Amino acid sequence: MQRIVWKILRTGILTEPVYNLDKLPEVARIHHEILHILGRALCIRQVDAGSCNGCELEIHALNNPYYNLEGYGIKFVASPRHADLLMVTGPVSHNMEVALKRTYEATPDPKLVLAVGDCGCDGGIFGESYASCGRVANVIPVDFAVPGCPPPPIDILRGVLGLARRMK
Amino acid sequence: MKRERLRREAWVTHARALAARGGRLVALWGTERAEGRVLCAAYATPEGLQWAELPLAGEATFPDLAPVFHFAGRMQRALGDLLGLTVENAADRRPWLNHGAWPAAYQPLARAASGREAFADCGVIDYPFVRVEGDGVHEIPVGPVHAGIIEPGHFRFSIVGEKVLRLEARLGYVHKGIEKRFTQLAPLEAHRLAGRISGDSTVAHAWAYCMALEDAAGVELPPRAAWLRGLMLERERVANHLGDLGALANDAGLAFGLTQFSRLREDWQRASREIFGHRFMMDGVVPGGAAADVAPPMLERMRADGERLAKEVKSLRAILDGHAGLQDRFLSAGRLRPELAARLGVTGLAARASGHAIDLRCDQAWAPYESLEVRMATQRNGDVAARVSVRFDETLESLRLIGEICDKPPRGEHRVELQVPAGEAYGAGWVEGWRGEVFCALELEGGAIRRCHAHDPSWQNWPALEHAVMDNIVPDFPLINKSFNLSYSGHDL
Ligand code: SF4
Repeated sequence: MQRIVWKILRTGILTEPVYNLDKLPEVARIHHEILHILGRALCIRQVDAGSCNGCELEIHALNNPYYNLEGYGIKFVASPRHADLLMVTGPVSHNMEVALKRTYEATPDPKLVLAVGDCGCDGGIFGESYASCGRVANVIPVDFAVPGCPPPPIDILRGVLGLARRMK
Repeated sequence: MKRERLRREAWVTHARALAARGGRLVALWGTERAEGRVLCAAYATPEGLQWAELPLAGEATFPDLAPVFHFAGRMQRALGDLLGLTVENAADRRPWLNHGAWPAAYQPLARAASGREAFADCGVIDYPFVRVEGDGVHEIPVGPVHAGIIEPGHFRFSIVGEKVLRLEARLGYVHKGIEKRFTQLAPLEAHRLAGRISGDSTVAHAWAYCMALEDAAGVELPPRAAWLRGLMLERERVANHLGDLGALANDAGLAFGLTQFSRLREDWQRASREIFGHRFMMDGVVPGGAAADVAPPMLERMRADGERLAKEVKSLRAILDGHAGLQDRFLSAGRLRPELAARLGVTGLAARASGHAIDLRCDQAWAPYESLEVRMATQRNGDVAARVSVRFDETLESLRLIGEICDKPPRGEHRVELQVPAGEAYGAGWVEGWRGEVFCALELEGGAIRRCHAHDPSWQNWPALEHAVMDNIVPDFPLINKSFNLSYSGHDL
């Protein structure tokens, strides 16, 4: 136990702090604006609809201490029924088409959809084929898209902000 | 690599003879050539890689390899979905990759198929899972959309109380036609697709593809290029092990572990971006070498980073090892005994944690590993604790290797030009990725890709997970699953 506490103290706080808005690093500014617009927590359900898993790794990174997503009240939830926003990756494989549509149906309003990654935006390198429906918008309505292969965490965070701005 | 043609009668006896002298099946796939369909298998033999072929001459069935190599079963079922080939007198006729996305008569990998066909809804195929009967037995279906941020797949648990009697996985949800897509790309471009087979193994898959292409083109890789690739592959191993160690601690209730390892991983990925231009080093391995060279100050930085990280990892290891609550969850959970691991043909990290000393970096002569003397990490217990321990050892060993590579990189070119052969050519690539052996078989014709089969070690290890979870309690499944951390995308293709 002692060693754990010691390690935590030595590591310090890595998340960039939220006060002193003008001088803030981008991560904190984005968090601040999202919080300001929403004024409440944001629940995200992530759906991998056919990705290579690269995008998922970067979405995971949003929860590391540098981006500290949960620390700002934005959290990933286990069921679409608890979600405000679906974060969808990958070209939608035909085998995931039905599951994605059902997840979308199960999501309550505002039912926001953020497509993440080149594949989600336009099918990426996989495109459309006998097995792939291509971009997410071919299967469910998309509100905002974040390109990149995979987009780094800061870009995904910017995407969440872009979506929040639309909710204003 | 040796390519050998076999007759139908010899297909199984050949496999049996290989197995008897310690050979392993690496991959099984099908291809269509001018002569017709051909079944192919890659074997790891004491003498190296062997590519065996069985020309089918118009026949749609082939002899069953599953009695010799257990994990061949699912690959054989996939052959039915992709090329219309099935096992003689097959007992299990359920499709594997096709969930109703295309009609049974359509064969995506056949030459006649463009791969761009679009089918109206063919209806979801009913998939009968194996039922467990008995007093108090019930089923829990999980997926394809999971509760966490993970890839999609379906798990069917048959349980009594909270004990798992049987787990049956159904995969194929992220099948997006990668193997057909290969044939639409130029050979000098397709490494980008290989690098997107499984995002966490982008270096390993891209390297295997490039190795296959270089083999087919008869190109000798410059020593510096091999060392740069080695650097990237070891960095990829470290990044994944850091991520897994954090997630494993978290799944066992120690959030501190996730916080610590995820910050180390973030630092690591940021450095990869600065040095190789991409947080995962995607597209860093290119045909003929590495996309860019690394300047001496960066090599120095990598060495220093590695030393610092090794210290951090050691201090975290001491904390995790000394945490009674954590060890209580790790020890004896998800046990895969050495005999069973051997019978199932398990490979890579999971095999090493179950007492099997298999690591291509030690077993095969390929640059740069032949001059690095990799120390293999093994454990005998086969439980979650063993897989955690192997990850710790391998992380430290990779950091040592990175230091060695940065100390004395050979001079010279980091990339050579590669001429794609105009005629028919074959090549194979075989790389020890962080999860296990990644394999690639390539056929070229007229300067284009006729067939590219990419094989992820997850094929070998998925069936092992089903065994490892038996008799454990359902709430331990996420932990056990994470300790294998298998790829869905790499398997489904
Ligand atoms: S955008 Fe890139 S990283 Fe994301 S799923 Fe597609 S190929 Fe993978």
